[in-house]
Amino acid sequence: MSVEVSSAASGPSSFPGLPKAAWQDVAAEGALSAAQSHDVELSTEQLRSLYRLMALSRRVDRQAINLTRQGALGVFASSHGQEAAQVGAVFALEAEDWLFPTYRETVGTFARGVDVVEILALFSGSWHCGFDPYQYRVAPLTTPLATQALHAVGLAMAARIKHDPIVALTFFGDGAASEGDAHEALNMAGVFGAPVVFVVQNNGYAISVPYRLQTKTSSIALRAAGVGMPGIRVDGNDVISVYGAVKTAVDRARRGDGPTLIEAVTYRLEAHTTADDTSRYRSDDEAAEWRVRDPVERFLRVLRDGGVVDDAFVAEVEAEGEATAARMRDSLFDAPAGDPREMFDHVYAARTPQLDAQRALLEQELRAGEEH
Amino acid sequence: MELTMAGALNAALRDAMRQDDSVVVYGEDVGRLGGVFRITDGLQAEMGTDRCFDTPVAEAGIAGTALGMALYGLRPVVEMQFDGFSYPALNQVISHVAKYRNRTRGRVGLPMVIRIPYGGGIGAVEHHSESPEAYYSHTAGLTVVSPGTPGDAYALLRASIAFDDPVIFLEPKRRYWLKEDLDLPVTAPPIGEAIVRRAGTAATLIAYGPMVNTAMEAATRAADESGWDLEVVDVRTLSPVDMDTLVTSATKTGRALVVHEAARFAGYGAEIAAELSERAFGYLAAPVLRVTGFDVPYPSAKIERHFLPDADRILDAVARLLEY
Ligand SMILES: Cc1ncc(C[n+]2csc(CCOP(=O)(O)OP(=O)(O)O)c2C)c(N)n1
Ligand SMILES: [Mg+2]
Repeated sequence: MSVEVSSAASGPSSFPGLPKAAWQDVAAEGALSAAQSHDVELSTEQLRSLYRLMALSRRVDRQAINLTRQGALGVFASSHGQEAAQVGAVFALEAEDWLFPTYRETVGTFARGVDVVEILALFSGSWHCGFDPYQYRVAPLTTPLATQALHAVGLAMAARIKHDPIVALTFFGDGAASEGDAHEALNMAGVFGAPVVFVVQNNGYAISVPYRLQTKTSSIALRAAGVGMPGIRVDGNDVISVYGAVKTAVDRARRGDGPTLIEAVTYRLEAHTTADDTSRYRSDDEAAEWRVRDPVERFLRVLRDGGVVDDAFVAEVEAEGEATAARMRDSLFDAPAGDPREMFDHVYAARTPQLDAQRALLEQELRAGEEH
Repeated sequence: MELTMAGALNAALRDAMRQDDSVVVYGEDVGRLGGVFRITDGLQAEMGTDRCFDTPVAEAGIAGTALGMALYGLRPVVEMQFDGFSYPALNQVISHVAKYRNRTRGRVGLPMVIRIPYGGGIGAVEHHSESPEAYYSHTAGLTVVSPGTPGDAYALLRASIAFDDPVIFLEPKRRYWLKEDLDLPVTAPPIGEAIVRRAGTAATLIAYGPMVNTAMEAATRAADESGWDLEVVDVRTLSPVDMDTLVTSATKTGRALVVHEAARFAGYGAEIAAELSERAFGYLAAPVLRVTGFDVPYPSAKIERHFLPDADRILDAVARLLEY
């Protein structure tokens, strides 16, 4: 196939005095520095809290997988292996800050204090969002990829306008980072200096599609340079590092110094969701390599070596995990389906005549159903 | 005071911002320039850059951040520069803006307005003359409003800003220069109510936005030229629609015609026609007719007048309607 090119473009300069073209090439890779070490202030009490939240997260996650196998949840997106990235990040927030999670961040949302049964409403199918965002300052778990990042930016912009010193933290994945909304969120946060912390959990995959098919670059953090904000790449399986990096970014945002993009490099040890089959796109060997870097066990070793926790504390947390798991089982099994009439109640602030009519139709169907 | 529709919209924004600190206005070129149609003229100068500001060219970003602002208690009023460029924001609008109250079981309502200049008739280049009202009206959770007169533009925009659910506010750009004598603040029936703009007996013309004026012109000519006494109903709120007013009028006249610029197939008029035939069937002497744009991509400027419904096309249809 030939492409016609006009002679002016392909031939020599169209007049003798035409200046030569000139440009600068941007280096293919932005500059990522070598890892620098930073002091992190965490009291013994905080370290224990962190461990507790991570261990409980692990247990809650396992229970959610089990409940899915048993039919109490329709589907579940596991955080197994990503506890440090989620819990460490959320731990850096203050009570008045806001969190904007995705379907992946069940344990980050749990660590934020949202009731686990309310979180799982999305997966049990009882309601799309089971908790009150205003009660916890946590937005609904979001499934259209990267869209929630813009909500975080908007909320942060609003807080700035009102002079409230709060921070919005949003998570998204390595796949979601390819979405236009992710770019718009980063760019607008940069332009307006919005107090937002973007935490990208790079867990290597977007369902089956590996990282290298999302981007030609070695790190998503590099995008920070393109939108004029600091970028950080951190070991997402090291909770101390995640916490340290996010805390630095949260403090910066709260001071009024703007947003930060943090890439937490981690790995999803379970399948994308309970409906996924990893054998079609990755090897068990790869997962085994990451199992060695298990964030919960790794943190526990550090804490034991440092004498921060002992067997009794670990057992206490384990018992709490069992109790939480039991409560999940009790609440999610045989949970009532809810009243289908409620589907008409929250479309608008008030029900419209059209919705009243449709509700009446459903009412008739329900009555007829009862009679049979 | 004589005001254009553009002037009335500008006054509505200014009055709302003066009255309520939580109202913020932003979008592409709305700050310093005052908007490409000057609807936000002077707002940044008076209210400051926190209350009225320019954004990067990012429509999903504009809609998505507005949601975040509304979540935090502000009342954002954002502008999509043109109808054809509101589409990048559709994911935010359909997946989130429309659904947030329902998703959160009624806990989070979103008081936000997305203003969109829409429709043709100004000789614009491609993508500047779209009529996207059916997309929005089809989406549960959105309130879709479109004024047909300067007075209604003021009243409905004020009402939309004060509304506790998200409003898609469709501004008929070819009517921006339409004038009316107004005393501000204009009061008018609330969102959710249609208005009978001209009472009549022979048939009902149902119109909204840019076609209200055209329908009124057709009704005047019908009276003058043929002695037909037409009723004109201005829908005003496209969704949730005030079907009772439409049914009452169609029941009274026994004949109804829906007029819109947008393409015919699966258009807004199809829904109105279907609903009227269900609810007023026994009173109708004729099928409900539609006068619409054609099922083609919006044509280029030099031929757009052949696409747009005008009084002639309406009167031809009325003649057919009256033959039954
Ligand atoms: C806009 C959009 N496109 C596609 C999907 C379907 N989808 C769900 S999860 C997913 C992969 C996301 O990968 P990533 O962002 O890396 O997050 P992870 O699941 O790995 O946590 C896809 C394609 C979606 N939810 N939203
Ligand atoms: Mg991923």
